[in-house]
Amino acid sequence: MSARHAQSVEAVEGLPAGSELERLVEQALHIATDAGASAAEASASAAMGLSASVRMGEVETLEHHRQRDLGITVHFGQRTGSASTSDFRPEAVRSVVEAACRIARYTAEDRYAGLPDADRLATAFPDLDLHHPWDLSAEGAIDLALACENAARAEPGITNSEGAGVDTHAGVMALGNTHGFLASERGSRHSIGCAVIAGEGDAMQRDFWHTSARAAADLEPAADVGRQAAARTLARMGARQIPTTACPVLFTPEMARSLVAHLVAGVRGSALYREASFLQGRLGERLFPEFVRIHEQPHLPRGLGSCSFDREGVATSARDLVRSGVLEGYVLDSYSARRLGMATTGNAGGVHNLTLDPGTASFDELVERMGQGLIVSEMMGMGVNMVTGDYSRGAAGYWVENGRISHPVQEITVAGSLADMFAGIVALGNDLDTRANIRAPSILIDRMTVAGS
Amino acid sequence: MTDNAIAIAQEHLLAPAGLETHSLERVLDRLMGHAVDAADLYFEASRQESWVLEDGIVREGSYSIDRGVGVRAMAGERTGFAYADDIRMPALEQASNAARAIARAGQSGRVAAWRSPTMPALYAAVDPLATLGDDAKVDLLQSCDRAARAADPAVRQVIASLAGQYEVVLVAASDGTLSADVRPLVRLNVSVIAERNGRREQGTAGGGGRHGYEWFLEGDRAAEYAREAVRQAVVNLEADDAPAGTLPVVLGPGWPGVLLHEAVGHGLEGDFNRKGTSAFSGRIGERVAAPGCTVVDDGTLPGRRGSLSVDDEGTPSRCNTLIDDGILVGYMQDRMNARLTGGESTGNGRRESYAHLPMPRMTNTYMLAGPHDPGEIIASVSDGLYAVNFGGGQVDITSGKFVFSASEAYRIENGRLTHPVRGATLIGNGPEALTRISMVGNDLELDTGIGVCGKEGQSVPVGVGQPTLRLDGITVGGTATG
Repeated sequence: MSARHAQSVEAVEGLPAGSELERLVEQALHIATDAGASAAEASASAAMGLSASVRMGEVETLEHHRQRDLGITVHFGQRTGSASTSDFRPEAVRSVVEAACRIARYTAEDRYAGLPDADRLATAFPDLDLHHPWDLSAEGAIDLALACENAARAEPGITNSEGAGVDTHAGVMALGNTHGFLASERGSRHSIGCAVIAGEGDAMQRDFWHTSARAAADLEPAADVGRQAAARTLARMGARQIPTTACPVLFTPEMARSLVAHLVAGVRGSALYREASFLQGRLGERLFPEFVRIHEQPHLPRGLGSCSFDREGVATSARDLVRSGVLEGYVLDSYSARRLGMATTGNAGGVHNLTLDPGTASFDELVERMGQGLIVSEMMGMGVNMVTGDYSRGAAGYWVENGRISHPVQEITVAGSLADMFAGIVALGNDLDTRANIRAPSILIDRMTVAGS
Repeated sequence: MTDNAIAIAQEHLLAPAGLETHSLERVLDRLMGHAVDAADLYFEASRQESWVLEDGIVREGSYSIDRGVGVRAMAGERTGFAYADDIRMPALEQASNAARAIARAGQSGRVAAWRSPTMPALYAAVDPLATLGDDAKVDLLQSCDRAARAADPAVRQVIASLAGQYEVVLVAASDGTLSADVRPLVRLNVSVIAERNGRREQGTAGGGGRHGYEWFLEGDRAAEYAREAVRQAVVNLEADDAPAGTLPVVLGPGWPGVLLHEAVGHGLEGDFNRKGTSAFSGRIGERVAAPGCTVVDDGTLPGRRGSLSVDDEGTPSRCNTLIDDGILVGYMQDRMNARLTGGESTGNGRRESYAHLPMPRMTNTYMLAGPHDPGEIIASVSDGLYAVNFGGGQVDITSGKFVFSASEAYRIENGRLTHPVRGATLIGNGPEALTRISMVGNDLELDTGIGVCGKEGQSVPVGVGQPTLRLDGITVGGTATG
């Protein structure tokens, strides 16, 4: 471990100022309008970071990250072209803007194309407390990763490790358009993760745990992450197939998040105007039971999905996507909104801290309430048809008998239709998982098909 | 070929940055000045574009350029890595200083004299973006739209996309390896939505490879993708619920080879096996598939999407036998894992870009043909499933459990295909699944050139293939019980 030079992370000092990127954006916009573009939008970003990983008590990799990107979209009337580059030199910026202009000569007139309406652009930029660079040396990152993995490997029954890692990233991005919008935002993101193995040969099982936050102080302690990874792995030992059945299914918060993501995919503007969603025409209808609320919180301090403007510069605002079980809105950018004859919802680039509000029952209470059924703690594969809502995914988890976990389960699938699954939610846990942009508690669904032996 | 590639790489990568091969030697020398076992520099310049048609018009086009250098230093099992999106000497030296921080202070290693492998050309050193005028690219997409809409009145939506990439790479390693590759890659995709009696279904087809765009104009290829997408969507308009439970499954030829990629491919990558984390660890010489099953990973197929003249560590690609007549005979290795396990690289060291570390990865993975007529295989099943098209798959390397999701499948009843069924995920156990293969078809096909493989956050293009196969039992995740 003599490799541990005390080396401070350049993620802090090496990051350009927001104003520097704003100047680059302005420069790109000028080149575009000089070339005859009637409107243009540009963004520039830079990020730096450090990743350290250890395995079996030894340093495995030390990676220094440094990314840059400049993107431009030009409009010539209703024709559009886009281009991007990692090269910020003036001649490269000029050539990439010219490439976008060249493309716009060949694309067709699209009456829905164009910048967002000027009155929708953000004018207030509250401090969302997103930038907490971590002054972490390579040595410090390695020590933390070791503490994490050592805690996992100290648990009896852990036989091998895929390692533990510590990542720290900080970035800045600037966005501007020819409506005069110009703004920049900074943010940091850090994580600690660990994956370990129990058993030998055919009986091996692996699981992992991670923590992720804007500020290092908000991370779970490294040793706790390791112990949790070990506990999850050990709980899977002896997993087996179960016979094919239909039963209630309880999704853990990490898995429940994907169900909320499917809702988002189904109410996204691009899916709706293409008539490619199983939720076509369901606005204003009840999709979920009455106790379900799903809402966006773009201005949540330190939120992983927080931002005051979306990828087009449109102001973000808090809103309910689902209130009392009823679908209250779609997820739209300016283009898809125009196609649907609606207004943008400030979701160019996606949703912002979308939260399925938790219920009051603990996870154990939900298990007890389920009585007999399946807990899904891992899923594999795609298996979701967004056009029809048909759902069929590989899964692993636990079989529940008499309100208690009976044994771990693997090599099964869970299947149904998303619309039935949404309507079939019978309870939500009080265990909201806030480690991602989509935040969900555990979800108990009344009945799904489980295929096994 | 290699000489040509090196000349192109020097012109594209080194010359604009004012570098020559002796300057690379100096950087590597300094890297090796610490107790580093091996070091390499990976230079890459790429440009890519994409055009998208929707509602009968090409309304989007985009272009991007990227260049950079990745610097890696290895000492034992430790790797130091840094990269820069500026290829010039100061950035290269800064990245080298960061990468070598991993090494212990100590004796210096030596950089060997340059040598470049020679190998046959697997693809032309063309820039695909320049192989067709922009107006012709637009015309190509519009011809897909017309072909799809003409194929069936049920077609409601057509989305067609055309993408091309031109990548030039140069690898300089401390063992003297100096390799370059010029890699074209094109892809055309057609996705349709069909609607009948209030029911909507989707179909997707496409293909590509290491060619110029003119490849799509050969033999009506583009229009065939469009008609194939429509055919799939229309078949699914009639689909019933898929069965749930374990039953015999016949897999069609070609793209269903994603079975091999997931069930055995990933589990045979050298990194997992060195670490003992794969369900296949320590099983060389054991039976992992039925007799008659031979699986290879072959990076040397001309023009294929997963093919590479040299891998991303400068090693010429090969055709590696993984499973021979049912017996596990080999893993796929990159240089680091080969060095640590006393073997040699199999030409499977791949990376997404200069900003990513290389790992053992697949190229084109397929099973060789067997003796059976495909019709005979279907006729042998009294109650089962015939699956011919798939979405993606995934595997848990450690437990060996893998999934792949059928998007076009039919019930087999008394040896005959009866009706189509909805998409369903199939789940199995890797070390066991291929031992349940009871019939291997004589109709080996490779996929049309659409595969993308993800591992630890890195995506690389791959190919798969197989003949028609009968699997005696695998769990099918439909909704119809009993």
